[in-house]
This record gives sequence, structure tokens and C-alpha cells, in this order.
Amino acid sequence: MTSPIAPDLSAGQMPARPRAGVWRRLIRRRLALLGLVIVAIVVAGAAFAPWLTGYDPNEQMFDGLTIEGSPLPPDAKFWLGTDLLGRDLLTRILYGARTSLIIGIVANGVALLIGTLVGVTAGYFRGWIGNALMRFTDLMMAFPALLLAICLAAVFQPSLWIVAMVIALVNWVQTARVIYTETSSLAEREFIDAERTIGAGAPRILFRHILPHLLPTIIVWGTLGISTTVLLEATLSFLGIGVQPPTASWGNIIFENQTYFQAAPWLVFFPGAAILALALAFNLIGDALRDILDPTQRGRE
Amino acid sequence: MTSTPETILDIANLSVSVRGDEGEREVVSNLSLTLKRGETLCIAGESGSGKSMTSLAIMQLLPQPAARISSGTIRLHDGDKGAIDLTGLDERRMRRIRGDRIAMIFQEPMTSLNPVLSIGRQLTESIEAHTGLSHAQARQRAVEALKAVRISEAESRLNQFPHELSGGMRQRVMIAMALALEPDVLIADEPTTALDVTVQGEVLELLRDLQRQHGTSVILITHDMGVVAEMADRVIIMRHGRMVEEGKAADIFARPQADYTRELLAAVPRIGSGAGRQHTKNAEAVSANVAEIKDLHVRFDLHGGIFGRVTRRVHAVEGVSFSIAPNETLALVGESGCGKSTTAKALAGLVPYTGDIVVGGRNLAGLGREERKAVRRDVQMIFQDPFASLDPRMRVGDLVAEPLVIHGIASKEERHARVAALFERVGLSAAQMELYPHEFSGGQRQRVCIARALALRPKLIIADESVSALDVSVQARVLGLLKELQREFGVAYLFISHDMAVVENISDRVAVMYLGQIVEMGTRDQVFSNPRHPYTRRLIEAVPVPDPARRRSRFARLDQEIPSATRKIGEAPMKLALSDVGGGHLVAAEA
Repeated sequence: MTSPIAPDLSAGQMPARPRAGVWRRLIRRRLALLGLVIVAIVVAGAAFAPWLTGYDPNEQMFDGLTIEGSPLPPDAKFWLGTDLLGRDLLTRILYGARTSLIIGIVANGVALLIGTLVGVTAGYFRGWIGNALMRFTDLMMAFPALLLAICLAAVFQPSLWIVAMVIALVNWVQTARVIYTETSSLAEREFIDAERTIGAGAPRILFRHILPHLLPTIIVWGTLGISTTVLLEATLSFLGIGVQPPTASWGNIIFENQTYFQAAPWLVFFPGAAILALALAFNLIGDALRDILDPTQRGRE
Repeated sequence: MTSTPETILDIANLSVSVRGDEGEREVVSNLSLTLKRGETLCIAGESGSGKSMTSLAIMQLLPQPAARISSGTIRLHDGDKGAIDLTGLDERRMRRIRGDRIAMIFQEPMTSLNPVLSIGRQLTESIEAHTGLSHAQARQRAVEALKAVRISEAESRLNQFPHELSGGMRQRVMIAMALALEPDVLIADEPTTALDVTVQGEVLELLRDLQRQHGTSVILITHDMGVVAEMADRVIIMRHGRMVEEGKAADIFARPQADYTRELLAAVPRIGSGAGRQHTKNAEAVSANVAEIKDLHVRFDLHGGIFGRVTRRVHAVEGVSFSIAPNETLALVGESGCGKSTTAKALAGLVPYTGDIVVGGRNLAGLGREERKAVRRDVQMIFQDPFASLDPRMRVGDLVAEPLVIHGIASKEERHARVAALFERVGLSAAQMELYPHEFSGGQRQRVCIARALALRPKLIIADESVSALDVSVQARVLGLLKELQREFGVAYLFISHDMAVVENISDRVAVMYLGQIVEMGTRDQVFSNPRHPYTRRLIEAVPVPDPARRRSRFARLDQEIPSATRKIGEAPMKLALSDVGGGHLVAAEA
């Protein structure tokens, strides 16, 4: 028989080579790369809008409409056509990307942050604080989101940043619910007990041991939230409490022009496609990130 | 028994392969066996030996689509009507054989019963599906089946749900379900592994009795050589998917041929083999106890009624007192629900308690948060399941270094060196610090947990069932490591276990717990060679002895279920008074 305390070295061999960084592994995945390219295009389009087009986004051009006063379809002069006021659609989509990116990233990010904080706190600490937070979340959930947004927007003077905050205040609720459930089941896991026995305090357990496990959920909710928030902004704009005209946003381009949908479908199609592409791009990146950031997936690809 | 019992099942050259990362891998290779009517065949082996895959292959329940039978035949004989090859059957015809001719019992009775259906519904369903009996007749048969497995008040049990029954009861319901249709072959896959040792004894005896009555052939799959010795007519030892040895039970245990069988048998802890520690320490050295527990109580309130008032209370720990000297191992034994793990958790600061816990001369009750944290450094814990107790998203090196980080010990470089040294000490290589928990085997993971517990150089390590989840050969090595570390660092262990054989092997003193109280406490020799409390005797008797020659003829049955620790408010359990019967051997008076 072998020595009684010989190491059992059957598993746990060293990996053959050191692992590449997150970034390198991200661009090695084809779909993630596609997502990154789309996001880069949108960001570049928003940043360099004045140099990419010769028109002003708010200029109502006389030759932008037909003799009967209806919008022009895409042609050599107006690549994506013009809208019902004779403005160049491409220009408006490029400038609108600024608004939509801010809404999709800032508003969504803030919503995610609030939701995660509330969910994690309630799920880990339970007790009266957990109860208070979750009952408040339930209350928010029961309250119609649109009505709340209208109230909030009516109280504050509508501006892009206020709209972003209003959207964040409405959208954190679902995230909080989901994160709460996951945190409370994580907090019951034995390794959390094990952390307590070595003297780990609440901040260490929350940030080093619980948050990393929530990452996949947070990423999924974050990517899903982008399209939701962009569309919510469009709804608010449509109701007149979102981004104020003539400032362009992808959402309000669709809503302004929806009455012309049958006569001029490109007016809805192009901004719609832009929203879809952005949401898809973030989804692809999010999916890849979730796999890459999960060390338990190592060697199981 | 007839002179030439007929063959009921034969397997020829069976190979099962599983598709994995690196193509197909054989998990069962070229296995042949025959099973005679009325015979018990034990397939024994450690995890990964392919024993469960074999049973699933017989049932045609291999996990799809990853696993498949790559070659061989499994033939089920049917008296004069010849044999059918199960590997070639389609799902519809296989379904008729399952349950009717071959039945199976799984390891975990809670997960293999449907929690939302009543026991009666689940029993009658399979009877109706296979026999075409009317509902009333099927129900009658179900009651008979429950009576056959000695379940009291069988009729009213039919309306109960799985969660209302204890583990042993649930496993008996599973057996009733399996045997209701009187199958020719019963496959039992680790049927008693999840059960307490006294319940295990009852369930094994029940299986033996039923087999005698019905003439069922049993394939018993187990890792426990004690269970093998208790049950088997013939034994097959498997390793890495191959049969290592086959033979009569008596031969295998008396004259093992293969090296692996010898190793396996040598690793099995045995009661009364005298393999324990030579020096038994004096319990009188009270002066410098590392930990003293006095009159510890842990109670959990259960809320009920519309106002959520406390209506009932779980008396998990009721007035437990003991002390642990440096360099000593105190074992806390008992069955599930006896409060041994709760005691450990109270000591480790995981559950609120009343009473006194004194660590290193300082009572934890009177200390502030920071001080308590400092005192608790001296008490570390190793959990039962090493995989569950390590954060799967952290590298093991960081996990072992974490206690040092938390208590602000050593610089980064020093920490790295200390962790590397710890890894080497517990039998891992320093290079493995970069790996994640899932990349290790079970035994290695437990070594990581041991290294982690040692990082702070504690005076007391609580080992809560720390070797129960490991294979016997790995278990023996981990126990050896624990003993060696004790010699080297002088650390004391509070060793919590349900396994009397392991306890005898490692402990200096033993405390037996039952329903939240200690019923007997003394040195290892006092408790094992002179058990005074009936519960202690029962626990020791219940351990299956890995020797077919010493098979028990009969195991004393408990007629009633073990009483619950949950009581109504104001009905506190009676305190047991411990009296010294000589040499510090404390025994509770019988209630």
C-alpha cells in the first residue's frame, strides 16, 4: 500500500499556458467582436456626427420634401431619406445616437446600480431593513411605471439628464427583485458560512464573495435593459415629457414619424434598426463577458 | 434454495462511454457478470469506478445524449421463454420492464420522490400503470407494500407527502414502491448512504428479509465495505470502469487477490481494531483548556399563527458542556438532528446561543466585536463538503491566503510564501495555488480546506463531518494528515461525525449526543469498550462490520421514530443529569 498521506494528485494539473486577458479573450470570440464593432460604430457616429454629415439635424430643408409636402425616400442626396419636416434622417439618427447612448448606458447603468444595491442589501441582511427595502420595491412594482415617470417628469423641468434619472428611477425595480432572490440563496451557501468562520466581515463577503456570483445576472439584466430604456425614453418623448423637440433621439424619431408609417416606412425602419442593432451588440458582448468572467467554466468550453 | 439457481440477468462485455471534451471516454469497460435468482450481488468501488453507470445501463437510463452503451449485451432471462437483450429494446418496451421486472432504488430518497405528490398517489400510479388493477385494488396493494416495509399506520401514510416523513421512512417508501410489483431484479444504488447508521441497519435488514420472502435478486451498489460484508453473497470490486476482482463475499474479505482490493479493505476504518491512538491523554489537565463550553443552549423559534408569534421552538442544543485540552481530539458523535453540528456552529460563531463559550481563557459572551474576532482566530472550521465550502469563483491560493488578509497578517510576499508552505504541508504543490476549486478532486479540495483552517495557526479546529464525503482510501489519507498536523502544531480537534469507526480511529475522548444533549462522555476506551448508555450501544452495534464472518443475525429495531427536537412553548425537554461512573466517564441516567 502507498504511504498513508501520499498526495492524491489525480486531478488538478496545471493549465498548459497562462490565460490571456479578458480583452484578448473577448475579441477572440467572433460574435463578441461583432458586438464590439457595432458599439464602436454607434459611439463614433455619435461623437463625430458634425463631421459625418453636411446637414444640421434641425434644419427643415425646402428640397427635403416633395411638391405635395411628403418626405423623400432614400436617394443619393439624402442617404436615408428625409422626415416629415424635410430634415435629413441620417443626420438625425447620428445626433440621436448621442441621446440614446446616454439613456441606454447612463440611465440603464444607474438603474442597475440602484437595483443591485437594494437587492444585495435586502438579500444579505434580511431582517427589518430587508423587509423595508423589498416592500418598497413591491410598491414600486405595483405602481404603473409610465404614470410614475410622467409624475416625476412633470415635477422636474424636462432635460436629457432628468429624463435619464426618471428612467433609472423606474427601471431598477425588476433588477432589485431578481438580485434579491439570488443573494438570499447565495447567502445560505456553505462557503459564506466558511467565510464567516475565518472572520470575514459583511463588506468582504458582499463584495468579494457574493457580487462575483451575481455578475452573470447583472450582465443579462444590463443588456436587456438597454433596449427597454431606449424605448421608454421614446414613449416619454412621444408623451411630450421626454427629450424635448427638436432634439433628436432614436425613440422620438420613430414616434414623430409613425403616422407616416405606410407612406414612408423608412422613417420607422432605420431608427428601429439602430435600436435593435445597439441592443443586440450589447447582448453579444454581455453573453461573451458572462462566460469569460466565470472561472468555473475554465477548461469546459 | 434450489441446487442450481437459474440465471436471471447476465451482462456480457458491457462497455459504456461518455462523450467529453477530449472525445469519448469509456467509463465502464468490458464488464461481464451474471446474477442468479435470489442472490445479492454487491458492486463495490470508489467514486468514478463506473458502478452507478453500470446500474443505469441495465435500466437503460444512461444520461442522454452524452452517455451510450458502446458494446456488449444485457440479457434478462424469463424462465423458459428465453432471454431478451435490453440494449436493443426501444423506450416503449423498456418502460414496461422497468418497475415490473427490474426496479431501482436511488441514494437520496428525498429527491427521488416527487415532493408535490402524496405517497399514496406515487405508489398507486406505478401499480396501475403496470398491472391494470383498478384504483381501489391498487390502493390495497399499496397499503400491503407499505406494511411489508414495516411502516406503521400504512393507510393514513398514503395521504402524507414526502417531506412529512423522516429519511429512513422515505427510503422505506422507495423500497415499497420498488417491490410493490414484485420485480425479479432490484437495483439498489447506495440505498443507505444518506441515512443515519442506526436507520441504515434497519433498512439493510429489511432488504434482506424482503429478498428472502420474494426471492428477488438484488444488485447492491455501494462504496461501504461494511455494507458489502453485511449483505453480499457475491462481490464485484470495480475501479476505473473495470472489474478488479470477483468472488464470494467470504473469499473477497478473507483472501483478497487483487492489490486494489487489499488496499481498499485496509483503508476501511474498523471498530475495535485497536488502530486508534496509543496514548490516551489525561482529562485532568484542566488548567489550560483551549476551549470550554458550559451549559450551551441553541434554540430556534418557529413562528406560527396569524400574528407570527412564537408557537414552537426547536431545542437543537440543550445544556451541553465539555472542554477540550490542547493537542486533544474530542469527538462529538450522534445521528442527524442530534445537535452536534449546531454545537459546532455556535462555537464557530455562526448561530446565536446562550451559555458560555470560553476560548483560550476568555469568555466570548462578554467581548466586543473586534475582540471577539481576535479570539475567534483560534477556532477554525473544516466543513463536510469541501466543494460547497470553497468559493467557486476564487483561486484556491487566494482562498487560503484570505484568513491572513482578513486578520492583517504578513505582507503580500510573506503571505504568498506562507500559503505555498501550507500547500506543501497538506500534500499539494505550490503550483496548484493558481487553480480554481472545481479543478481538484474531492480529497484535494478537503486538503485545501485544511490548509485554509491552518493558515491562522488556530488552537482548535472544528472538523464537521470532514471526511464523510470522501472515498475510504482518500478518507484514510486525510485522517492520517489530520493526525500528523496535530502532532506537528499541537492543535486540538473537535471532530464531529456520525461514523463510529472513524471516531474510534482518531479521537482521544468521545461525547455521544442525542436530542441536543450529551448522553455519554469519556475517553475513547471508556466509551467504546464499556458503553453504558443504551443509545451509545445502539450506535456502536449499528456499524456494519467489514467481515462477512461476523455478520449480525438480527439488528434491534426501534419501534417508534426518534422523537423530534421541536416542542411547544413552555414544554422544555427534561435535562439529563450526567453521573460519573469512574475515571471521568460520564453517563446520563436513563429516562
